[in-house]
Order: sequence, then structure tokens, then C-alpha cells
Amino acid sequence: MQTLDQERASAPPKQIEDLSLLGEVSHRTAGVSRLEMCIQCGCCGGSCPSEADMDHTPRMLFAMLRAGMRHAALMSNTPWICVSCYHCVVRCPQNVHIADVMYTLKSMAIEAKLYQDSTAPDFSQTFVDMVEEYGRSFELGLATRHYLKHFPLRLPNMAPMGIGMLSKQRMSIMPTRIKGIAQLKAILKRAKEVEASS
Amino acid sequence: MNKYILYPGCSMESSARAYYDSLKAITDIIGLDLQEIEDWNCCGATEYLGIKLTPAYALISRNLALAAQQADGTRTVVAPCSACYLNLAKADYYMQEQPVLGQHVNEALAAGGLSYTPGSLDIRHLLDVLVYDVGLDTIKSKVVRPLTGLRVAPYLGCMVPRPDYEHRWSDYEYPVELDLLLNALGAEVIEFPLKTECCGGHMTQISPDTAFELIRRLVSAADAHQADLMATLCPMCQMNLDAYQSETNKYFGTSFRMPVIFFTQLMGLAFGLEAKDLGFGLELVSARNALAKIGIEHPAEVPAGTARPKKDGSLPMPAPLPPRNMPAEKGKVVK
Repeated sequence: MQTLDQERASAPPKQIEDLSLLGEVSHRTAGVSRLEMCIQCGCCGGSCPSEADMDHTPRMLFAMLRAGMRHAALMSNTPWICVSCYHCVVRCPQNVHIADVMYTLKSMAIEAKLYQDSTAPDFSQTFVDMVEEYGRSFELGLATRHYLKHFPLRLPNMAPMGIGMLSKQRMSIMPTRIKGIAQLKAILKRAKEVEASS
Repeated sequence: MNKYILYPGCSMESSARAYYDSLKAITDIIGLDLQEIEDWNCCGATEYLGIKLTPAYALISRNLALAAQQADGTRTVVAPCSACYLNLAKADYYMQEQPVLGQHVNEALAAGGLSYTPGSLDIRHLLDVLVYDVGLDTIKSKVVRPLTGLRVAPYLGCMVPRPDYEHRWSDYEYPVELDLLLNALGAEVIEFPLKTECCGGHMTQISPDTAFELIRRLVSAADAHQADLMATLCPMCQMNLDAYQSETNKYFGTSFRMPVIFFTQLMGLAFGLEAKDLGFGLELVSARNALAKIGIEHPAEVPAGTARPKKDGSLPMPAPLPPRNMPAEKGKVVK
């Protein structure tokens, strides 16, 4: 754990406070995360279908949280590569809500603007923008905005698929707006205020 | 009639239209009374949870509040989509496990004149209701055209069997409910080892290399087991395996053509309904050959795009849209 030693040795007092990082992540996770109960067994990484593409296995990431390595943990691509398959969740002997901890880490990384690649945060944000505007997802709008920005080179390969989805009417040209959109917007506005003050 | 509140979710009206059409076609036959939640909203899929906690749960819970308000003679919400099912179940469960979350969500709902008491509804997946409420005997008794000889790979994906807060399934990783149902339809059900492995989820949108590998594993395994088609219960799984199969083939240089069909479409076929009324033809990898194997006519396909079909023997032209992975039947559409 050379990196950890180095970081500890040179940590200014302010960073020592980051020993609360584990508690902060746990506190911000929905339900009772049980993150503090991790015994570093590695069942999570061993069960993960996308572990090969991750900077750190979930086990390593949780060790980093415990060690207060805020910057490195939030910069890790691991939460963004997590596919929410819940294999680790049902295998974890400590019943840590691993997938939900990953959601928390994503939201903390977005808040701190700490991520290596904006593709995933942008996709989530664009999806959420559509939902907040219409109350429903709008795949064509989402796909167009997302692919033009992040995967323009994939477009030629994807054209047959897009045309197929449109011609089979599996993708709407126009978004659907719910009737109670004003109500939904009021709920989300209050939710954001509650979140900010909690 | 078994009465339920239905939360369809956005996909059922667009990419998974075949799922909704086939579900509507079979409900009367098996005695399901599904009342759609009036003016439901998107559940946030797997996106909102990673942005902000309280708004994400408030978004989900508006649906729970509406469902509880509109519930008439039932307290069970049925969701056919995996992500919707999990989000609704998760919100209901976590608001009970952590009351402060429920308080925050209710503060937000109050701004829209709504409220929800966590735990006041049962959240269940469609397959759960079909197998455990309607029952396999009833389903079997409605079969007039057994799918004899059709080799089906049952595929559930992740979010229905896991994390399974209410312990509704026979197993987290190898549940048998879908197998039993397909078996009741007379299909030849494959012991499919990857039945709850991940389809890649939203990775097709943000990390294609990760997604293509997961799609390849599933499709190649179904192919190796000589499946005629894969039967799924999740709009996201169907979308990834069907619509991205061509791009995955290009990525790996493979040529898989594995149809991915919703299990309700197969139920409709076994109940003697016409393929055209069950959303067949909406899949991008055509199930025509699979249906032909059991003597069922596949409906005429909507021609993809406006490109004129080339006659065989025409000069090879540089093709911006390589035809290699397009549906092979494209040129011989039966109208």
C-alpha cells in the first residue's frame, strides 16, 4: 500500500479529516449501506462482469474510502463501469449495498467534478434533463444529443439500427409529456432543496 | 380475475412495444385485470440514482403515491420492466429500512400534494405474478398450440432476480420460474447457464467496449446451445441483445443472428394468437426462421429505412451501411 503510505505521510491536517470519508459515503447512500462492515474478502470483484475495465475492484475502492483517499476514490472509473447487475450485492457476506454505494460515489464525483471521462456523467445528466422536462424518457432526443457529442464515429455503424428502430416505431420522433408535469417539477424542486439542506 | 395496478414504464410504449402489445393480448385469456397508473412518470432508470439521491427517490415515489391513491381492490403494483420493477421495489424497501429517506421523499411529494406510506404497496414483477398468482396450471390449460420443438434460451438479466428484497424468486443467480413457464408452453427449454448475467445495461451508451463483450457472451452462449431464440422479460436486455447485436458482430467479426423475443410474445403464440398481434416483426434480428421451425407464419416486416433493395448481381458499391448484419430477409419481404 505504498500509495496510501505516501498520501498519509504528506497529508495536511485537513486531509486527515477525510477519515470520515467512509462515513460520509455510507450516510449519503439510500437505505442502510453497511459499507463500514466490509471485510475486504473480494467476493465483489470476483463476481463482477465488468471488473476487467475497472481502475479498482469494489473491494479496493472501499479500502480507499476507509483510508480517506477522497480524490483517488472519486476519480476512479469503477462506479461508472459498474453495470448494476447486483451479483456482488447478493454474494457479499456482509450484505453491503454495493451497487447503491456506487450510485453515491457517482453523485459525489459529479458534485466535486472529479471524473476522467465525461461520457457517463453526461449521459446520466442528459437522461435526467429529459425526464425533468417531460416526465418520461425521450430516447431519440437522448441518443441524438449523446451520440453527436460523444460517439460521432459510431454513427455510421449505428445508422441501420437507428433507422430500424424508427421505421418499426420502436423510438418516438416526439417526446411524450405527462399531464402532471408541473406537479412533478414542484416535487423535484422541493426534493433538491431537501437534499441540499440535509 | 386477478386485479393489479400496472406500472408500464417508458420502454413499453417505445422500444419494447412488442412486450406491451403481447401482454395486452394475453391478459384476458389468463384472467389478469391490469389497471394502468394514471399519468405515471419515468422511474429514472439507472441514471437518476447516480445524480441526486432525494430527487431520484422522489421521482420514483410519485408513481407509488399515485398507485396507492388510485388503487381499487388491490395493493399490488406489477411492473413488466426490470429497471422499473427494481426502482419501485427499492424505493419502497429503502424508505422502510431508513425512515429519514421516507420523510425526505414525503416532504418533496407534499410540494405536489401527494404522500406515500412506505410499505403500503406490494411491488412485483410480471413473471412473479404469472407464475405464482395465475399459476403454471392455468397457463398450461390455455395452451392450444404448444411450442413443441422450439429451443428457447430463458434469459432474465440482472434486476429481476437481484437483489430480491422480498425473497420472491427461487434463486438469485439461477431462478427457474421463467424455465417453468416456457416449459408449460411446450417449448424445449435450454439449461442456459448465463440466464441472469448482465446484458451491459446502459454501457451500450457510455462504454461500448464493455457492453459489446457482455452482449457477445450472451448471444454466443445461446448460439452454442443451439437456441432458436432467446426469451427475455426485460426491455433493456431485449434492446441491447437485439438492436446492438449487429454492432457487436461488427466489433468482433462474428455473424450471430439470435432473435431476442419477450416471453409474453411466446405465451401469445402458445395461446393460439396471431404473430402479427403479438409484436412479432418489431425485433431487428428477425424471428422468422425460429417461427417457421414450428410452422408459424411471421408477419410481413416493416422495411427498414428507405434504401432501395439491391438486386443480386449488382455491382459492389462502397456501402456506408454495410448490409452484412442487416436482417437477411430484407430483400424478400412478404407483403
